[in-house]
Amino acid sequence: MAFLELQGVEKYFGELQAIKGIDLTIEKGEFVVFVGPSGCGKSTLLRMIAGLETVDVGSVWLDGRDITKLPSSKRDLAMVFQSYALYPHMSVYDNMSFALMLAKTDPAAIREKVERAAKILNLTPYLQRTPKELSGGQRQRVAIGRAIVRSPKVFLFDEPLSNLDAALRGQTRVEIAKLHRELNATTIYVTHDQVEAMTLAHRVVVLRDGQIEQVGTPLELYYRPNNQFVAQFIGTPQMNMVAGPDMAQFEGGLTMPVPSGGYLGLRPESLTLGAPGTGQVQARVDLVEALGAETLVYVTTARGTQLVARQNNIRTLPHVGDAVGLQIDSAAAHLFDSHGRVVAPAMR
Amino acid sequence: MAPKPPITAALVGRTVAAWVVTLVIFFPLGWLVLTSFKTELQAIAVPPLLFFKPTLANFAEVQQRSDYLLYATNSVITSVISTLLGLAIAFPAAYSMAFFRSKRTRDVLMWMLSTKMMPAVGALVPIYVLAQTAGLLDSRLSLIVVFTLSNLPIMVWMLYSSLKDIPNEILEAARMDGASLWQEFRRVLLPLGIGGLFSTGLLCLVLAWNEAFWSLNLTSAKAGTLATMIASYSSPEGLFWAKLSCASFMAIAPIVVFGWFSQRQLVQGLTFGAVK
Repeated sequence: MAFLELQGVEKYFGELQAIKGIDLTIEKGEFVVFVGPSGCGKSTLLRMIAGLETVDVGSVWLDGRDITKLPSSKRDLAMVFQSYALYPHMSVYDNMSFALMLAKTDPAAIREKVERAAKILNLTPYLQRTPKELSGGQRQRVAIGRAIVRSPKVFLFDEPLSNLDAALRGQTRVEIAKLHRELNATTIYVTHDQVEAMTLAHRVVVLRDGQIEQVGTPLELYYRPNNQFVAQFIGTPQMNMVAGPDMAQFEGGLTMPVPSGGYLGLRPESLTLGAPGTGQVQARVDLVEALGAETLVYVTTARGTQLVARQNNIRTLPHVGDAVGLQIDSAAAHLFDSHGRVVAPAMR
Repeated sequence: MAPKPPITAALVGRTVAAWVVTLVIFFPLGWLVLTSFKTELQAIAVPPLLFFKPTLANFAEVQQRSDYLLYATNSVITSVISTLLGLAIAFPAAYSMAFFRSKRTRDVLMWMLSTKMMPAVGALVPIYVLAQTAGLLDSRLSLIVVFTLSNLPIMVWMLYSSLKDIPNEILEAARMDGASLWQEFRRVLLPLGIGGLFSTGLLCLVLAWNEAFWSLNLTSAKAGTLATMIASYSSPEGLFWAKLSCASFMAIAPIVVFGWFSQRQLVQGLTFGAVK
């Protein structure tokens, strides 16, 4: 049996069904990320695992034990909240040792564990301060420290980086990844940021409207999305979607036709810009974003389809209004039927 | 030190106005204290005397005639017990409303407050009959029950507004850390909510101490509070201004002293939510 298992889990808020029957297994030591647009139920699902929301239908199993009805305090899980939720009246040391103290751990052992965690997280000089005397990043590290001193069965992270500025977010993301490698602890991490999902996860669970759209490794989701939603949710800029009357000219180079009423999905990097008249599709440049190593070129075809092309290391930038030809890497094309389900995943 | 602001007409005007308002508010109280040190003759002198030879005779007489200590004991017992009892009932109510909100919570709070909109006299007959039937007329118990119940809506409201400033996630964090309900209360909720709890208790203590309507109607010689003692000095025998003032002074003195030392908490409690 898996380490953590959700079996047909459902949640209702009044009439609204927030979680619509989720089955999921998580192995010991795995780093799983729940990702999805806001309101998709990812935080609710995490809180159900934590015991902070009741499970209306289905069951939750942890380490061979049914914990569906167990209160949070008895589940042996640790959670890092979006708002950090530090105890404002306690010092950093007391915040980090609170759970151990409640568990009646030997004081010497508490001291050793807290000091070790503080060292890992660079918090040693701040142990006697209260949370309000710390910066946002330091508070975040205390919240993480509070979780790791306990060595819980599972770490739960609820959008832990969303209150940090961009630079700190990137840095903390790297630290969390490093921490996970060192502790090898089972982790569930909720985020709406697909970059966090892609960089941290062993497996990503993409949620939408309380249902799982797809579960897979980050690269599986990127290269073999099950449907149009996952295809467009994972990857920045979004996958280009071609539909309707424009299809004919795109279809030229494809090995199989797009189903009627369906869509053709093309990642920005599978479009190559060329001189006007070359390639399968002719278009005009709307906007150029030169990011250094790569350049994003936004174009519109003669029939009005808007596309983004990602070009690496181009020396001469196209200008807005230029006519360009687009070469399509047909082996990297994704085909979806009229319901958005994948018909043929990209061949590579 | 910041430079002194220039003295302008507006500043002078505001300062004068503030002093006038303060004096107007303070005057009756100040006059009451002065009068309690006068003889009855001095008290009714025209023009009123500002300077006189003070006497303590009134204090002795008030104690002799109406057993100040008995009334004071009744006041202390009824106000303290009703406050503690009220807090014990109101705190769990406020806790559940603040942290387990439902879509009816707002209505329940409004309904509670609406009970304070009815004049107390409207409930006089039923409550009097209840107290009489239960054999509780002129007992401290009847006052404790009535004080507790009549202060409950205010207590729930004040505690609710102070508790709802505490983020729910902090309590959830405590639960995740393994805290039982009692530990959550003792280690997290109480330290964070102690200010609100204290100021709510203080306000209700003052309200119960000064309560006159129910004490006058439900008690007489045995269980009367200081408020009823004051009232007994405006009797058919005529008004004895000096003794009446002295009784009032003695009745309010303990709570004024108590309030003075805890006014910081009181102000903090009354402005909860207003500054955040």
